[in-house]
Amino acid sequence: MTDPVLRGYRRDPGGTHPPLLSPGYGSTVLRAPHREPFVLAHSLTEITGPALGEGRVLPTDADLTKQHDGEPLGERIIVHGRVLDSDGRAVPDTLVELWQANSAGRYSHERDQHPAPLDPNFTGVGRCLTDSLGRYRFVTLKPGAYPWRNHENAWRAQHIHFSLFGRAFVQRLVTQMYFPGDPLFYQDPIFNAVPEAARHRMISAFDLSATVPEWALAYEFDIVLRGRDQTPVES
Amino acid sequence: MELTPSQTVGPFFAHALTWPDGPFVVPEDEPDGFWLRGVVYDGAGEVVPDALVETWQASPDGRFDHPDDPRGAVSGSGGFRGFGRAPTDAAGRWAVWTVRPGRVPAADGRLQAPHLDLSVFARGLLDRVVTRVYFPNEASNVDDPVLASIPERARGTLVASPAADGYRFDIRLQGDNETVFFSV
Repeated sequence: MTDPVLRGYRRDPGGTHPPLLSPGYGSTVLRAPHREPFVLAHSLTEITGPALGEGRVLPTDADLTKQHDGEPLGERIIVHGRVLDSDGRAVPDTLVELWQANSAGRYSHERDQHPAPLDPNFTGVGRCLTDSLGRYRFVTLKPGAYPWRNHENAWRAQHIHFSLFGRAFVQRLVTQMYFPGDPLFYQDPIFNAVPEAARHRMISAFDLSATVPEWALAYEFDIVLRGRDQTPVES
Repeated sequence: MELTPSQTVGPFFAHALTWPDGPFVVPEDEPDGFWLRGVVYDGAGEVVPDALVETWQASPDGRFDHPDDPRGAVSGSGGFRGFGRAPTDAAGRWAVWTVRPGRVPAADGRLQAPHLDLSVFARGLLDRVVTRVYFPNEASNVDDPVLASIPERARGTLVASPAADGYRFDIRLQGDNETVFFSV
């Protein structure tokens, strides 16, 4: 029997996530399921989840500019924010994973063959745990825009990929952080697959207060995961 | 507060999200360990070589390695993690090394049949898709409230098949024999 105080998580309200079939993004056409998903009532399997702690993270993982012998080339930036649930509660001690292209717009990944230089001093992969207030902070480079073959003269808006676990299987989220004022937004079907009213939640805010003078500009990106239901799982 | 929207993992995540021990839900020397393997297919029947599969499950005694399991979490001493992560290879194949989970209660308190929750992330998937893996020749499958909620013709997509070194669970993202996916 489950403990009667055990609570599930609220469902995502409509208008939050992109439809899986978003034909403007060509790769969705053969990969999006055709059938509507079945609604799974939350049991212990769904309201627990991997608690991946300090064994997953090295001290150098949060500074992507210090993972090699030399400094990578590009515009150094600080990316920070909080991981919260939809009730505004901090999500502490949770793993945040981040990956991105280098400042020339190329990933350190064997399948990225875009003709831009690799940087031997930049892998573009970071990890950290949020602190007790749900805060995280990375030092990295501003990623370059890069072309892709989705449509004629297609370019991805500059972005950083984020992977979050939260506290429960149902809170798992993979998203992308964008930069304010990017001129490529209008033609990026991955960004625009998200319902219009929710797109701004993926755009970081320039944050002068977190800037380090004469060293790096800063962007703030809060990430909001689903909150707990008010009614117990067991009726 | 308003939820952050999901976005695709894209094609270039393997160097970031692959962990050397990712496939090991249980330690490599676990005597009851087996491989749970499968292939991810798209709607044209082609393999998906750039997907990431993640699994989450209870221990053999039906406990989770998590403080919110009110019956007492699994102790970490046995090396049971409960979580598996494996990218697909060029042939669309993924595999995790695991054990059969115990039964855990459903939302209504009834016991569920042994199962894993499984997420698939990929280029072209703007949000993860979630399914469940059940086991063949498992008597409690007939009483499982989740399996019972699925039309019989589609239920089979949720049940792994026996294989030489464990079980096989293929995932068909789209098409005639599309895997049953869940909204969680």
